[in-house]
Amino acid sequence: MTEKIITIREALSSALREEMLRDERVFIMGEEVGVWGGTYAVTRGFLDEFGARRVRDTPISEMVIAGAAVGAAMAGLRPVAEIMTINFAFVAMDAIVNHMAKVRYMFNGQFTVPMVIRTTTGGGKQLAATHSHAPEVIFAHFPGMYVAVPGTAYDAKGMLKAAIRDDNPVLFVEHSTMLQRRSPVPVDDPDFLLPIGKSDIKRTGKDVTIVTYQKGLEWSTQAAEMLAQEGIEAEIIDLRWLRPLDLEPVFESVKKTNRAVIVEESLPMFNVGAEVAAQLQEQVFDYLDAPVKRVSAMDQPLPYAANIELMALPDAQKVVKAVKEVL
Amino acid sequence: MAAPKKDTLLDWYRQMVLIRRFEEKCAELYQQGKIGGFLHLYIGQEATGVGVVSALRDHDHIITAYRDHGIALAKGMEPRRVMAEMLGKRTGTSGGKGGSMHLADREKRFWGGHGIVGGHLPLAAGIALKARYLEQDEVVVALMGDGATNIGYFHESLNLSAVWDLPVVWLIENNGYGMGTAVERASGQPELVKRAIAYGMREGPRVDGMDVLAVHEAVSEAIAYAAKHGPVLMESLTYRFEGHSMGDPQRYRSKDEVARYAEGDPIGRFRTYLDGKFKNVLPELDEIERQVQATIAEAVEFAENSPEPTYEDLVSFVYA
Ligand SMILES: Cc1ncc(C[n+]2csc(CCOP(=O)(O)OP(=O)(O)O)c2C)c(N)n1
Ligand SMILES: [Mg+2]
Repeated sequence: MTEKIITIREALSSALREEMLRDERVFIMGEEVGVWGGTYAVTRGFLDEFGARRVRDTPISEMVIAGAAVGAAMAGLRPVAEIMTINFAFVAMDAIVNHMAKVRYMFNGQFTVPMVIRTTTGGGKQLAATHSHAPEVIFAHFPGMYVAVPGTAYDAKGMLKAAIRDDNPVLFVEHSTMLQRRSPVPVDDPDFLLPIGKSDIKRTGKDVTIVTYQKGLEWSTQAAEMLAQEGIEAEIIDLRWLRPLDLEPVFESVKKTNRAVIVEESLPMFNVGAEVAAQLQEQVFDYLDAPVKRVSAMDQPLPYAANIELMALPDAQKVVKAVKEVL
Repeated sequence: MAAPKKDTLLDWYRQMVLIRRFEEKCAELYQQGKIGGFLHLYIGQEATGVGVVSALRDHDHIITAYRDHGIALAKGMEPRRVMAEMLGKRTGTSGGKGGSMHLADREKRFWGGHGIVGGHLPLAAGIALKARYLEQDEVVVALMGDGATNIGYFHESLNLSAVWDLPVVWLIENNGYGMGTAVERASGQPELVKRAIAYGMREGPRVDGMDVLAVHEAVSEAIAYAAKHGPVLMESLTYRFEGHSMGDPQRYRSKDEVARYAEGDPIGRFRTYLDGKFKNVLPELDEIERQVQATIAEAVEFAENSPEPTYEDLVSFVYA
């Protein structure tokens, strides 16, 4: 198997392309996916290659982008719908939560909804309060759908291909500031798939377990390098999926390190850290030598001005500080 | 309608030039990294903004989307404080917390630029509801892009305004595109104003949005109608000369197309009109241009020398 170092953008693009070549039922719809080439250039060239039947520009209508994808999926197609940024998914919330995630259950399994909604998340770009959310955890609240949060090119590729092939609806969340991040990815395996709902140990260490995903992975990795200089070995577990949520490796890790810090870009109330911390005390209470710590954004909207936006967001220093508090 | 006086017309000219030069400066500051986030320029659409704002009566209201600098400046918001907002300074009109897309002035009844497409339309209905509820003679002018007519918010807001006879002028600033999607590719009925029929509301005109006088007159009439009878849907046909926002590669339209529209530059047209109407007016217009340049230089200096927001600013105004 050959690997090549590519960006997350290229990984997403090649995953989409391969799945469209493999399965005629897979198609793309969303705002600016065609003529523009994708707001984040993930679908650049797709309109030329696949034509307007399979690469469909939509009006600015998130409700029907999500909802029509549900209908098309129920009827046998395999839509990959794109919602430009997750901030606009709030407009489509009902289609996602009450339809995409419910029709299978409510009609007792008569329908399947094999679809993906791709979207981008994250703050830190001076886009102010409405355009800077990282609210993927909200969507993970609902059974009936999955939530993918890849943090590397390797994961992005294998997870997106798996999401498209799966018969369940997936909200596939990409971080808008990480699309240029590079890592080695298999390039000559059209069936390179990563399992749905499996977390991944991104770094091993004996002193503390950091549970994180996506942008948090970046902050945690930087923090781990800083801590290593002081002789502190952090283990980093990348959740990769918020639903299904795979905490087995986290429990195993905490049995070894006896300490846990959860790092994410979400707001602090009712976030991923809250869920992970709750499960840790249920499952490995006796192993914990310190309270579980959480690092997240501050409990408030994000502003435009760069200096105060940065104050409100997590960073590697904040992770280092939290780790030292549990040691 | 009585023709506006010379002073008024020259003031419109000043506003249009102010918007143009202000935004050219913003583009420059964006390139220098002094302005961040999204920056959506109004260049090409100044006649619409100035025509609309000049038609408002003192007690009327206005609300728009994120392409809001033109409305803010035409409403008389201080250029220095708008510039400070662009630079994310604490002296900015939103204390540096809103940025380019989120200018507003409560006192001037300008209810903001709003970043979620269509999200401000229900707000317009609500502001108009206040006027009806309290039996006040106030009209809300709600500006939106052509692209915004396809989001659910549009349908629900227009319908409610019709059912409740709300005093709203729904004004579509049709600049041909929503990002890279041409109107005909996004709207089953590309004559957007015809949507009025579906809601049983007054179908207003499709006015030439590059002609400030035409916009002024059409919006004045629409406001008078809305105050008495209820909502109107109208369109201003315009064009944005720059990309959707900074860094737009503009693959969806040709340079020729842009050049064609640039020939009908609303500022150039208005200048020609003024030149034809008033004897020896050009030196006056040039003087206006000089004053505007000075205003902008002063605004930039003020903004650059203003302090950044602090932690206290970061955490303030989350709750009342
Ligand atoms: C609900 C929502 N969906 C998508 C976007 C991204 N977006 C921002 S502006 C825009 C195009 C809007 O076009 P139009 O209404 O014609 O206004 P214009 O930019 O031409 O002034 C899009 C799709 C958004 N801000 N909000
Ligand atoms: Mg438009």
